[in-house]
Amino acid sequence: MTDMANQAAPATHASGANFQSDAARRHLARRYARERRFRLLGMSAVLVAVLFLAMLLSTVVFQGIPAFTSYSLSLTVNVPKSEVDPEGTGDPAVLRRGDYELYLKQAMAEALPFKIGRKDRRLRNGLISSGAGLSVRDALIADPSLMDRPNAYSVPLSDFADLYFKGLVTDREMVAVQGTLSPTVDGKDAELLSTSSSDFAAILDEVKDHLAGRANGLRQKARLSQLSEKALEADLADYRRRLADADAETRETLEGRIERADKDLAAVKARIANHLAEADKLDQKAADVSESLELDTTLPSYLIRINDGVVRLNQVSAAGVKGEVLIPLSSDEDAAAVNWTMERLVKPESNRKLSDKEIVWLDHLKSQNLVSYGFNTTFFSAGASREPELAGIWGAIVGSFLTMVVTLLLAFPLGVAAAIYLEEFAPKNRWTQLIEVNINNLAAVPSIVFGLLGLAVFLNVFHLPRSAPIVGGMVLALMTLPTIIIAARAALKAVPPSIREAALGIGASRIQTVFHHVLPLAMPGILTGTIIGMAQALGETAPLLMIGMVAFIVDIPAGPLDPATVLPVQIFMWADFPEIAFQQKTAAAIMILLGFLILMNALAVVLRKRFERRW
Amino acid sequence: MFAGAAEARDRIQIVGSSTVFPFATAVAERFGQKTEFDTPVVESTGSGGGMKLFCAGVGENTPDVTNASRRIKSSEFEKCVANGVTPVEVKVGFDGIVIGNAKAGPEIDVTRQQLFQALARQVLVDGKLVDNPNQKWSDIDPSLPDVKIEVLGPPPTSGTRDAFAELALEGGAKKFPILKELRGLKAGDPRIAEIAKEIGIPEAALSKDGKALKGKKIFGAIAHAVREDGAYIEAGENDNLIVQKLEANPNAFGIFGFSFLDQNADKIQGAQVGGVAPEFDSIADGDYPVSRSLFFYVKKEHVGVIPGIEGYVAEFTKEGTWGDEGYLTDKGLIPLPAADRKKGAEEANGLVPLSL
Repeated sequence: MTDMANQAAPATHASGANFQSDAARRHLARRYARERRFRLLGMSAVLVAVLFLAMLLSTVVFQGIPAFTSYSLSLTVNVPKSEVDPEGTGDPAVLRRGDYELYLKQAMAEALPFKIGRKDRRLRNGLISSGAGLSVRDALIADPSLMDRPNAYSVPLSDFADLYFKGLVTDREMVAVQGTLSPTVDGKDAELLSTSSSDFAAILDEVKDHLAGRANGLRQKARLSQLSEKALEADLADYRRRLADADAETRETLEGRIERADKDLAAVKARIANHLAEADKLDQKAADVSESLELDTTLPSYLIRINDGVVRLNQVSAAGVKGEVLIPLSSDEDAAAVNWTMERLVKPESNRKLSDKEIVWLDHLKSQNLVSYGFNTTFFSAGASREPELAGIWGAIVGSFLTMVVTLLLAFPLGVAAAIYLEEFAPKNRWTQLIEVNINNLAAVPSIVFGLLGLAVFLNVFHLPRSAPIVGGMVLALMTLPTIIIAARAALKAVPPSIREAALGIGASRIQTVFHHVLPLAMPGILTGTIIGMAQALGETAPLLMIGMVAFIVDIPAGPLDPATVLPVQIFMWADFPEIAFQQKTAAAIMILLGFLILMNALAVVLRKRFERRW
Repeated sequence: MFAGAAEARDRIQIVGSSTVFPFATAVAERFGQKTEFDTPVVESTGSGGGMKLFCAGVGENTPDVTNASRRIKSSEFEKCVANGVTPVEVKVGFDGIVIGNAKAGPEIDVTRQQLFQALARQVLVDGKLVDNPNQKWSDIDPSLPDVKIEVLGPPPTSGTRDAFAELALEGGAKKFPILKELRGLKAGDPRIAEIAKEIGIPEAALSKDGKALKGKKIFGAIAHAVREDGAYIEAGENDNLIVQKLEANPNAFGIFGFSFLDQNADKIQGAQVGGVAPEFDSIADGDYPVSRSLFFYVKKEHVGVIPGIEGYVAEFTKEGTWGDEGYLTDKGLIPLPAADRKKGAEEANGLVPLSL
């Protein structure tokens, strides 16, 4: 008995299947493993999706945030009444025609009172946006009494100045200094000698490394050219060999080839010699201790601030440095280490669109407390613009709104009515079946096709205006109609037949039954479907391409017949502009569009939650 | 709803090239700011698409101005005239087409012939046309980098691609004497058949619809055929995207307009073509070989009907706009020489009709 009890009796199933054998246990283990793997795969799929979404959103948000704020400059401008409004009427039409650039240039010259040449004046005036005159003009239209006296106007800075203040143009770092610096200024040039040899040693090394790098690059080029040289020589030898036993015709072509190859070879040889000579010259320069080396624009820039002035270095030697005075020094007294600073702008001048001069001027304006930072109201009040600092999303928001209103007014009543008829009243015959199949197919038609339809019918037959929200709304209404019909029919189907029977039972007509009892119960489902369809329409660009809504439109549309563009189109267009600052605008616009979509979907969820009936 | 279908338009409508788009929009915006007229609406439809809309006829539902990154074709001009449209041609300036790569990548100096050998579907090897065998740049010339040929460029629908094919690829193909000879032959010349036999052009490519083709047409078909084995990657119309892809892949090269090089000088370098770097001055002087002229065409019939067209043309042709220091240079336009600008402005503002 005991040994019987020790032997675990194999459990047998009622049907006689054995679940305790080794094979069964292995099978079970494999099955559990498969299930675990499946669960794991599912989890990781979700995780990967979430990860990608997080990546996408974080890059968009990270890039878009700077667009919500902007830097502007407070400029004191004196606009003479006699020039822009000689009649003194204060009439906006007269003020609009005034040329304000001139007074802004004068104001910039007062804000940066340094003697500069003509070319630099263009740089200086370019620090403010080309739309700065407009903000002065608008202020004067609002209050003509500001003329004939100096008044501080807030004007937008240029896109690169704005990016610079946001820290997106170059990284900068302070270099520690130890010696006393004695400046000697001669007009535009300054010589700065330091008592500490270590102050400029690092720069000297940097320049030497750079020269060595350039020399290596040239030698590399020469090496590559030597390969061409070898190949050409081999070709020449080959041609000459073949020339010996060639007939007259081949001889002619060969001679032509030899002549060409000879010319090429001479050019390659000259190039090699040139590269090598230049490389040797660079090496010599770097090795020569006594020579001062040039800091060209392909190296990081160094700015020294001393005695209220700024010097940009362009020559460096062990003893001291030479540079260009960008802001005049108040005196040429020696400065102890605590009284002068040296700053390194990491990105070389040749690699940025903002020169050292402009950076120094911008710093000067900031030090005068003329630069202010705030919420970018332009972005939320302006239409499109070719200047990033003047571009806004408001035109696209209004355009989107008008288009959506037209879409909703057309698609919702039509869609719901069609669904009610098909679901509640229509006889079930071949015709209605055909219509049903067509509606279901229409829901799957690519949206560009609706755009083509809009072009052919609304523009070419009805001659409605191009680029207008009314046409855009009609096209998008056609696109969302099937979605709304399908959703509405599903919602009507979900209302239990007992409701209909009860209504009919107490004497309601069929129309009353549908409109008093069925439709209210189906409404949450219908609305949800409608909102989802509208959200889809809000993000469409393809159908609008055909009817001219993918366009550059500055003026804010006042009604559905004015030219307008929509949010996704604005994003699409900003993404295409070359100006760097438009990248932030693009990301910010994407954030706003996503915000609208989330809002609409949230509304759909809320409606469903609040009004849904469970049967 | 449909009543009063077309109400009088009081806003200029501009369509056309995506290359001229950044300049036309800048001018339209200033024009709207400075005058009491509404700001013109500018659409980017591509040069060909713009011409189609522009030449469709006269009336409020057709555009007033079209931009083009090439001159109007004779077929387009004929269609315009047939539909009662008189185009006034205005040459705006130049645009350089840049072959660029990431700053981390190799600096190269290519010739147009090498570009043709790198990108053409068929190239001459030992005097025969064969499918392009070059996989690496160094296969073409040992002095070029030892990396796989990967060039991101615009699709065939783009004007930039047309211009690149015409200037760089044709310019490169012409360097082969036999192809150059083929280009100069008239239709039906027996020499065409001889050359075709010699280099291996199939019979079918020599005629179209039973008519013998001009040597120039056959040459064009060879020069414009870009390889499809993955060495040339169609990266879409968006030049910003090409720039971003180049950053991610230092060995790849991209083909795009000069203004994108200008704006991304911190990340991208332009390759020298024939020893000339793509720079503002070299393009303006005509030294850089891959540059093209940009145009816009005004519909003379609409002047005086749609308000503001003369003002728009005047704004575009002002020195402060398209001159050496005008605001369009900030947007990347390479101005015309001063004498051409003066003449062009006179003709444009005088609305001198185009005659081909």
